[in-house]
Amino acid sequence: MEIISLENVVKSFGSLEVLKGISFNLNEGEVLSIIGPSGSGKSTLLRCLTQLEQVDAGSITVCGQHMVTTKENKAVYANKQELRSIRLNLGLVFQNFNLFPHMTVLRNITEAQMHVLKKSKQEATAVAKKLLAKMGLQEKEKAYPCQLSGGQQQRVSIARALALNPAVLCFDEPTSALDPELTSEILKVIKDLAKEKMTMIVVTHEMAFARDISDRVIFMDDGLIIEEGKPSELFENPKNPRTMRFLNRYE
Amino acid sequence: MGNLLLQMLGATVVSLKIFALTLLFSLPLAMLVAKGRMSKNPIISNIVNVYIMIMRGTPLILQLLFVYFAPYYIFGSSYDRFTAVIVGFVINYAAYFAEIYRGGIQSIPPGQYEASLVLGFSKTHTFTHVVAPQVVKRIIPAMGNEVITLVKDTALAQTIGVAELFRVAQNASARQFSTMPIFIAGVFYFIMNAFVSRSFDALEKKLNYYH
Repeated sequence: MEIISLENVVKSFGSLEVLKGISFNLNEGEVLSIIGPSGSGKSTLLRCLTQLEQVDAGSITVCGQHMVTTKENKAVYANKQELRSIRLNLGLVFQNFNLFPHMTVLRNITEAQMHVLKKSKQEATAVAKKLLAKMGLQEKEKAYPCQLSGGQQQRVSIARALALNPAVLCFDEPTSALDPELTSEILKVIKDLAKEKMTMIVVTHEMAFARDISDRVIFMDDGLIIEEGKPSELFENPKNPRTMRFLNRYE
Repeated sequence: MGNLLLQMLGATVVSLKIFALTLLFSLPLAMLVAKGRMSKNPIISNIVNVYIMIMRGTPLILQLLFVYFAPYYIFGSSYDRFTAVIVGFVINYAAYFAEIYRGGIQSIPPGQYEASLVLGFSKTHTFTHVVAPQVVKRIIPAMGNEVITLVKDTALAQTIGVAELFRVAQNASARQFSTMPIFIAGVFYFIMNAFVSRSFDALEKKLNYYH
């Protein structure tokens, strides 16, 4: 089943065109990696999808709901309520975690469940504890984010996103702020989620990882999708010279 | 001597009243002012900016005189002195507090808003549960400064004839040909501010559980 579909998405910051017409689909249970050089528009794409940025044109559909469509060359967004319900279908894990520093680990994970999903405190706490156990952090529930390592903080932020039970979990360079050891800690968590058939979009600079977990890889450069395919094809047999050049630099 | 101390204690109550009422009204009013200053509507933000510029750019003593005498010249009637003092202090201090609030609010990293948005928090919830608690922690030192200044500024109430601590001390000095009452008043102010500093220290410590 198709969960996300983007068509011809265009986005500019002032005169700088960051996305120049992006189209792709994502099916349920699929793991999609987006790779490409810095400034290619990967993060902006993810931010448009999660409504942190507004597109200028194009259409985005999430779980059958139209988030934005284009009429006469202008992007038309759905109404507030629809946007809110679409937003909850998409979880986002940030590069620099963005945990709430004044809340305990547990509260970071229960807050949205209680305020947004209107769950009871007991229910929300039960979900949070289960997720923390899954992330190997059951002893940290009373800790504050500043008392955790970067890897632990990122795992909390993954738990926070999962607590809302999103249809798709998006990762915006989840390991860029971490050292290699902590990186592998996070990559393992994402890998485990992939095994559970969690639908995910991962923007990453970790090529080996992208190759390992993805069902499909998109290579972006200069606001365009240059190449798209199975990881085995794209990494071993890139068709586009631009992709080749980029991947060569990583070897 | 005992009589003098009693008089001065009575006057201290007046000073404390000015202090407490000013805080009571200016702390919430400052929130509105800060919101107005940060408004995307240029008309609102400009008007609020002019207000802040006047409040910070002219002497409080002049503002007190204005608040007390202007209604008399414009409407032919005035309110009582104590009310005028409170109004003058509140609008002055709200401007200073508002700028401190604004600094605190603008220092919150955008990632906090983005995380709140992605998690589906309403704007109100984001402000009350994510932004405000962090702002409080960040502005405590600056607020401490301002509140300590307020304790001492209450002495300006005498300009429109409110007999607060300093006025009473000065009168006593003149009567007794002695600087002692003024010196005692200084000790009183110092004690009040020692209490204020201690309270702010305690609050700062209490919010030290994260950084």
